[in-house]
Amino acid sequence: MRPAPAGAGLSKALARTLWRRPWLRALLTLSPPLAWFVVIYLASLLVMLLTAFWTVNPFTNTLEHTFSTANFTQLFTGTYLAIILRTVVMAAAVTVTDAIVALPFAYFMARVATARTQRLLFTAIMLPLWASYLAKVFAWIVILQKGGVLSWSVQKLGLGAVNIGYTNTAMWIVFCYIWLPFMVVPVFSAIDRIPNSLLEASGDLGARNWRTLRSVLLPLALPGIVAGSIFTFSLTLGDFITPLLIGGTNSQLIGNVIYSNLGTANNLPFAATLAIVPIVIMIVYLTGARALGAFEAL
Amino acid sequence: MLRVWVALVLLFLFVPIALIVLYAFNKSNVEGWPPGGLSTKWVTVAWHDPQVRSALFLSLKAGLFATTVALLLGSAAAFGVHRFRFFGREAVSLLLVLPLALPGIITGIALNSAFQWVGLNLSLLTIVIGHATFCIVVVYNNVIARLRRVSDSMYEAAADLGAHGWLTFRTITVPMLSTALLSGALLAFALSFDEVIVTTFTAGAQNTLPLWIFGAIRLGQQLPEVNVVVVAVLIMTVIPVAIAARLAGSGGVARTLA
Repeated sequence: MRPAPAGAGLSKALARTLWRRPWLRALLTLSPPLAWFVVIYLASLLVMLLTAFWTVNPFTNTLEHTFSTANFTQLFTGTYLAIILRTVVMAAAVTVTDAIVALPFAYFMARVATARTQRLLFTAIMLPLWASYLAKVFAWIVILQKGGVLSWSVQKLGLGAVNIGYTNTAMWIVFCYIWLPFMVVPVFSAIDRIPNSLLEASGDLGARNWRTLRSVLLPLALPGIVAGSIFTFSLTLGDFITPLLIGGTNSQLIGNVIYSNLGTANNLPFAATLAIVPIVIMIVYLTGARALGAFEAL
Repeated sequence: MLRVWVALVLLFLFVPIALIVLYAFNKSNVEGWPPGGLSTKWVTVAWHDPQVRSALFLSLKAGLFATTVALLLGSAAAFGVHRFRFFGREAVSLLLVLPLALPGIITGIALNSAFQWVGLNLSLLTIVIGHATFCIVVVYNNVIARLRRVSDSMYEAAADLGAHGWLTFRTITVPMLSTALLSGALLAFALSFDEVIVTTFTAGAQNTLPLWIFGAIRLGQQLPEVNVVVVAVLIMTVIPVAIAARLAGSGGVARTLA
């Protein structure tokens, strides 16, 4: 008999040990990713929360690690409250628009299209979803600028001049464009899961199309809309690229105020204070979404 | 009506992308419409620009390292969550999605605060840490979706035939997962290659390709080159996704709640 190499015996012993102790296997697989998330991500969030209570020494430009609520006092002043309000209104407007645009599209994908078309449409949503964010923003800069495609086409149609570059309207269009696929996907999955029998039953009970839409389809699609809105809402709240590149002087959102506090003003503590605002808004939002069943539907 | 709506949405989604690809081959150096002829002049200029080159290399390095970390940690997390029932299991999946569901700027500021606090200088390492944090979930989603589809009887059969844990892992688990791992890696790379928000706060003075684009657009400089570079990034994000979609089926590509 050929003697087994020493390594094989060791690996067998190891395999046996692991097989007999499932908790050890669980520990081995889960602890590295969890350690990463706890040590790097959660700890960083904690440091950020702490940083919000520090200040910057105006003379030496260094961080003062002493507790102060000055940043929060500054946050609750008219300027910043107006920016927070503008951001939330923008995020809400984008979310509602995307939901309205996505619903018929997702309905067609899930209920009307053939299997082949459905696959094609799914790819047609996935490509812009993953396609470079900056490429999409830059495309809109080129479209909306003076002498760009939009003003040229409108002029050719004889509708006079449009100039919406660098306004809140421009920002709204671009946000809706960039986040639309994030809304279509979950709404499609929600509508796709509705059993045909429910829609047929509604028809059998005498409901016209409109009534079926309102009383059966929409309530069942709602968890999908809420799931999509988590992304459209949250991504708008924290974006600073689009406000800086597409928005105008009156288009400051939380994101680009945070950005300028870290960049030009070199005030990390106040940037951290501002970053707490989207977290609080998202906690409130997610709690609401949970109540509406967005998580059970997944 | 419905068909018209679908066609309009598709136009809305693809016309800007088509336009930006067209502009990459614009002959003129102003961005007016219609473009003044086609040429590959700016492609050549961008390709030979040393700033663009060094940004490209940094992006490639960051993407490869972040993808490696994400592959290891994302698949480990997927195994753990799939195989074991434990207290706080739901919390683990929520924690992994958090960096994608919360605005990126929060991850960015949080990491920046932490790096300053521990005195870690911003470098390739800090970029990779930031990218890996949100790439892990992409690999995790792909791998766990596949694990759910692999039947338990496969493992039982392997054990009945005398294979121990490691042999089962090598001959059953890895081959079953290979395409899911590949598509997870491709998507993680695409996500990292294009990321700008978190990177702004973790890169310091160096430029990744998206940071170079952002800077150039802000200053309004080298816009004809920007045209070319954004299309290059566009291709670098779309190709991995197209491959991943073929490998993984629709489930893994979602990136959003699906």
